[in-house]
Amino acid sequence: MSRKNPGELIDPDRRKSRFDLSRYIYLRKDSVQERVVNGIYFENPVFMLVLGMCPTLATTTSVTNAIGMGLSTTAILMMSNLFISLLRKIIPERMRMPSYIVIIASFVTIVDFLMQGFLPQMYESLGVYIPLIVVNCIIMGRAEAYAGKHGPLPSLADGLGMGLGFTVALIVVAAVRELLGSGTLAGFQVMPAAYEPISIFVLAPGAFLVLAMFVAVMNRLKIGAARREDEWDPTGKFVCGDCRSCPRVKGCGGKPAVEAAKGSQEGRR
Amino acid sequence: MSFSAMLMLVVTTILANNVVLSQFLGICSFLGVSQKTETASGMGGALTFVLTLASFVCGVLYHLVLVPFHLEYLRTIVFILIVAALVQFVEMFLKKYMRSLYEALGIYLPLITTNCAVLGVALLNVQKDYDIFIGTVYGLATAIGYWVAIVIMAYLREKMADNEIPRPFRGFPIVMVTAALMSIAFFGFAGIK
Repeated sequence: MSRKNPGELIDPDRRKSRFDLSRYIYLRKDSVQERVVNGIYFENPVFMLVLGMCPTLATTTSVTNAIGMGLSTTAILMMSNLFISLLRKIIPERMRMPSYIVIIASFVTIVDFLMQGFLPQMYESLGVYIPLIVVNCIIMGRAEAYAGKHGPLPSLADGLGMGLGFTVALIVVAAVRELLGSGTLAGFQVMPAAYEPISIFVLAPGAFLVLAMFVAVMNRLKIGAARREDEWDPTGKFVCGDCRSCPRVKGCGGKPAVEAAKGSQEGRR
Repeated sequence: MSFSAMLMLVVTTILANNVVLSQFLGICSFLGVSQKTETASGMGGALTFVLTLASFVCGVLYHLVLVPFHLEYLRTIVFILIVAALVQFVEMFLKKYMRSLYEALGIYLPLITTNCAVLGVALLNVQKDYDIFIGTVYGLATAIGYWVAIVIMAYLREKMADNEIPRPFRGFPIVMVTAALMSIAFFGFAGIK
């Protein structure tokens, strides 16, 4: 698609905004790097897909907690993705969900005990949220959407990417909350001694508020990106709606919209 | 546990330690099914039913099977399977014997399997060493707290639907800001001792 041919058929995959990283990086589909970048950026479970809200709100009181929660989820996600992928041809279609639940719950139990044994302090502060990783929608979602349909290596990489994306998101949210709420970062004093911590940020309302702001910023970036796309859109202002989400765009190629736009402009004159 | 202590537990669980607004359990459905008051209320009712039943069944199984056989370490697996099976069973039972209730709750039942409040309460009962009866009461109180929170949220969202909201805040973020304000309000109850 070039600006010189305004009536040309729009290939939806090639309509990239400046905000969209895939304009700059090209990775082979289902390769390890592609999966990792996809999990951290394009399909970031927290910021892009808005999944796994319970742990995101509950365990981001400090950066240390966020790292602990993020890495344990990553480990479970990788292992469950790997096993589900290996067993995908053996598990019968109707027994899919219960089998996935058992596989995920087993790894959660293992991580639960490892953490209790080696990181008792972390285990204490994360409490019930470690066993609750079982019902984290990200893990079940990846099993259903990816691991059940792809080979072991891409599935493992997908688990790693999604897990790291989740960890990064938790750390970012936790950093804001900890910095404002207790003036520290991962336990180290960062703010000057004169700083009075706004303790509501480490309490429950702060969690909702900080996450709301992050998602609002993401929305703003998406809207801005969409607007920039519209500026050089060959079809001009959308007449019959958004061509990207229109199922008939292949049929009309955006042309009727262009004609209609021209017509209305001439009519106005 | 005396009656007054029990009452105290119920009140604090519903208000001060509200399951959604201060413990962050069941956030997905709290945000997802709170557009209309009726559906929110339906979800709350269905969850109350399943959560009370699940905390009772999990309590019975934990104290009468897992503890005597020293299988406590299996609790996460056992509890999640119980919750999933229970939801299926309740769905089948209601379909056959209580058609009207099934039609009212039907669509919400499958959502409850992945509601972390159900598994969360079953695990918290073990962590806090509650016996079967207190565990069931705790489950019921938690569910009522969820019901109260989701109905208030749905009511606020219905009011908000007509308002002019800045574009980036539409949808998810404004609901979170509302939840933050609700959470501050519910925090007030913690001061009452």
